[in-house]
Amino acid sequence: MDLTWDEFIVTGDPFILAGQISILFTTVAIIFVLTYFKKWKWLWNEWITSVDHKRIGILYIIAALLMMFRAGVDALMMRTQLAAPNMPFLDAQHYNEIFTTHGTIMILFMAMPFLIGLMNVAVPLQIGARDVAFPFLNNLSFWTFFMGAMLFNVSFVIGGAPDASWSAYMPLASNDLSPGPGQNFYLLGIQISGIGTLATGINLIVTILKMRTKGMKLMRMPMFTWTSLITSLIIIGAFPILTVALAMQTFDRLWGTAFFTLQDGGMPMMWANLFWLWGHPEVYIVILPVFGIFSEIISAFSRKRLFGYTTMVIAVALISGLSFLVWVHHFFTMGAGATVNSFFSVTTMLIAVPTGIKIFNWLSTLYKGRIRFSVPMIWALGFIPNFTIGGVTGVMLAMAAADYQYHNTYFLVSHFHYVLIAGTVFGCFAGFIYWYPKMFGHKLNERIGRWVFWIFMIGFNICFFPQYFLGLDGMPRRIYTYFPEDGWFSLNFLSTVGAFMMGFAFVILIYSVYYSYRYEKRETTGDPWGVGRTLEWATASAVPPHYNFARLPEVESQDAFWEMKQKGVDPNDIDEYHEIHMPNNSGNPFIMSSFMFVAGFGLVFHWWTIAIIGTIGIFACMIQRSFSRDDGHHIPAEEVRETEEKIKEGHMNGY
Amino acid sequence: MDIDRKIDPQEREEFPDKETPLEYQTETGRYNILGFWMFLGAEIALFATLFGTYFVLIHRTASGVMPEDVFNMGLVLTMTFLLLTSSFTSGLAIHEMRLGYPRRMMIWVGVTLLLGLGFLGFEIYEFVHFVQEGATLESSAFWSAFFVLLGTHGLHVALGIAWFILIIIQVKQRGLIPATANKMFIASLYWHFLDVIWVFIFTGVYLLRLVIA
Repeated sequence: MDLTWDEFIVTGDPFILAGQISILFTTVAIIFVLTYFKKWKWLWNEWITSVDHKRIGILYIIAALLMMFRAGVDALMMRTQLAAPNMPFLDAQHYNEIFTTHGTIMILFMAMPFLIGLMNVAVPLQIGARDVAFPFLNNLSFWTFFMGAMLFNVSFVIGGAPDASWSAYMPLASNDLSPGPGQNFYLLGIQISGIGTLATGINLIVTILKMRTKGMKLMRMPMFTWTSLITSLIIIGAFPILTVALAMQTFDRLWGTAFFTLQDGGMPMMWANLFWLWGHPEVYIVILPVFGIFSEIISAFSRKRLFGYTTMVIAVALISGLSFLVWVHHFFTMGAGATVNSFFSVTTMLIAVPTGIKIFNWLSTLYKGRIRFSVPMIWALGFIPNFTIGGVTGVMLAMAAADYQYHNTYFLVSHFHYVLIAGTVFGCFAGFIYWYPKMFGHKLNERIGRWVFWIFMIGFNICFFPQYFLGLDGMPRRIYTYFPEDGWFSLNFLSTVGAFMMGFAFVILIYSVYYSYRYEKRETTGDPWGVGRTLEWATASAVPPHYNFARLPEVESQDAFWEMKQKGVDPNDIDEYHEIHMPNNSGNPFIMSSFMFVAGFGLVFHWWTIAIIGTIGIFACMIQRSFSRDDGHHIPAEEVRETEEKIKEGHMNGY
Repeated sequence: MDIDRKIDPQEREEFPDKETPLEYQTETGRYNILGFWMFLGAEIALFATLFGTYFVLIHRTASGVMPEDVFNMGLVLTMTFLLLTSSFTSGLAIHEMRLGYPRRMMIWVGVTLLLGLGFLGFEIYEFVHFVQEGATLESSAFWSAFFVLLGTHGLHVALGIAWFILIIIQVKQRGLIPATANKMFIASLYWHFLDVIWVFIFTGVYLLRLVIA
């Protein structure tokens, strides 16, 4: 690709210039702070190379919050542009870029990593394990995700952002209609981070199947572990489809193949089919873990066993199966014919059945529970009605004939935000707050937390409820402006107000992280909420030591820790300590992922030499890993005893 | 390391379970094997997508060269013979590994690699031939799907060969211990998988063409 220097760096847009300057300043500031406080070594040894599942989980969540900020700014810019008719704030091209990056980042670089982060933190603890099955691979998963996300994100300052929407339909995303490197960033960024997602799926399956502590039968596992297991299975079935689809579009763009072209026999509709064959299971990848999180929270704060545990497991399994049978409902209007549309209409509606079962299970868990309205619980209670609105409008959209009216309107936009925000985002926040003391040793301030919930929840409804009516009123999605005579002004303005309320709530949430770090009391037990039912609360300290359990707990029933508390058993009352085997840190994954970034960057700009150098680097790292003799290390029994005694005396909280 | 010495699990004191094969002896080893099966599950989804694409585009040859004009069934049969035999010999390698004969195992792996290289050579020859006949990645949707499906399989074979070589070096350095036996076992699983994929390619791509042409 022949580019001049001013085409390489995006120029001419004041917002992007501001972005470039702030990136520059932030980078300089970070380098300065790390150097001034001599933290480089600490960063490398304690975080970048760490194979500790809890730390990797925290890294995932930090990255997800950063991505939520970036894509949230995109959202606010879109809402500003749409606040009034004929707004001159963004031009059509810039608007296209922003809705593309908003969608892609929110799904792939925010929702998934947030949930994978929470899985990393909670799942090994919940099954009574000391780490995941493949700690090295876990670190690699994070860094490939991170480098993929970074490759995607640099597009807006270098080369230009993709602008063919997150679904990147062909032929719109082809070289003819989307020239320049933007779409290549999309293809390679997602491809690289997809490697990490697949690896996480494999890792979690083996962890959950093989590393459960004594007595933890499958049907005794906490619901979040169950949903993580089934989500991982969906990842294994669905992500390779995306890998292939992305590769084929990359081939079309870089090497002139004819998979999705209009000439030479290509089939543009095959892209839509492959994309949604992955894309719909992806929706369940980001919602099923949330069902698990809410099941944990509702049961814990109702201080009751989860109602209908078995039906819940069956419902999750059914949803995962059905998730592969509904993809055509994303393009009912593309003329597949009545029979095909009817089939996919019915399978789509069928999903409401297991989901409905879950709603009733949660309500029945609440029934006669001794409910404590802590912050995670109010998110869970807010989730149930709001998510149900999204679910019901989903069934409306599932009717193929009616969908011809709703298709591509704000009705759809509102529907999927009701399930993705009231479901996934509420769930991420709830899980984040619920497991926060497990990660950092203190809670997030409850008073601020309530403000965040109410502002966000009300703002969310003000933002998206009007959009149902805008959709019914005929406002199409992905338009960058409208005319006064369209009559969409007042509802759009209302929607924008709601969006800024959500943005404000996010800022307060981040503030509460700082506030709580300064002022919140440090927890002294492993069970800070006092209502913990599952093993992650059975550790000696709020933040578990890096080996998690000095002695692996034994389980006799569901809700194992709750049972221990009822019987007055202290899982940390240990007479004799044994040495513990733990994995070693490794810098290889960071370097290997950096080479992936280099290779991807080279491909984006058709700079073959750089791409080849990156690829050689990747293989060199693999060979290094193959030859390294990494058998981990042993923590002597004496050291475990000292650590545990310090924890009991309150001198130490985890790390 | 003396690779001529027979490895007998019965003599090994560090392993309590004498009946368990070397590759399953350690916990890490067992996790690796299950994890690799999961990875193969993902590979099945990957190749299923490639096959699906190929079958969707099977008649979309546009104005390009027709496949039946350039397919050489004799060549394909030779390639099939080489690859299927290599799967058998990699099975023999694992058999010898289980019996505890590192040298015999290495010999069979060597035979497997030669057969694999032969397969790869013929495949490259075939591709070059197609390109000379005017069938390239860009000719038509059919040829795009053909080259990407077979190319992905061929790339897997090439990576498998490189991987086996790395493992052979490690067996030479460290001997047949649970760690290296585990790697050998997993690499052979991978090799068998490539064979299964080839059976589908042979049937779905080449044999089917004889019928529909």
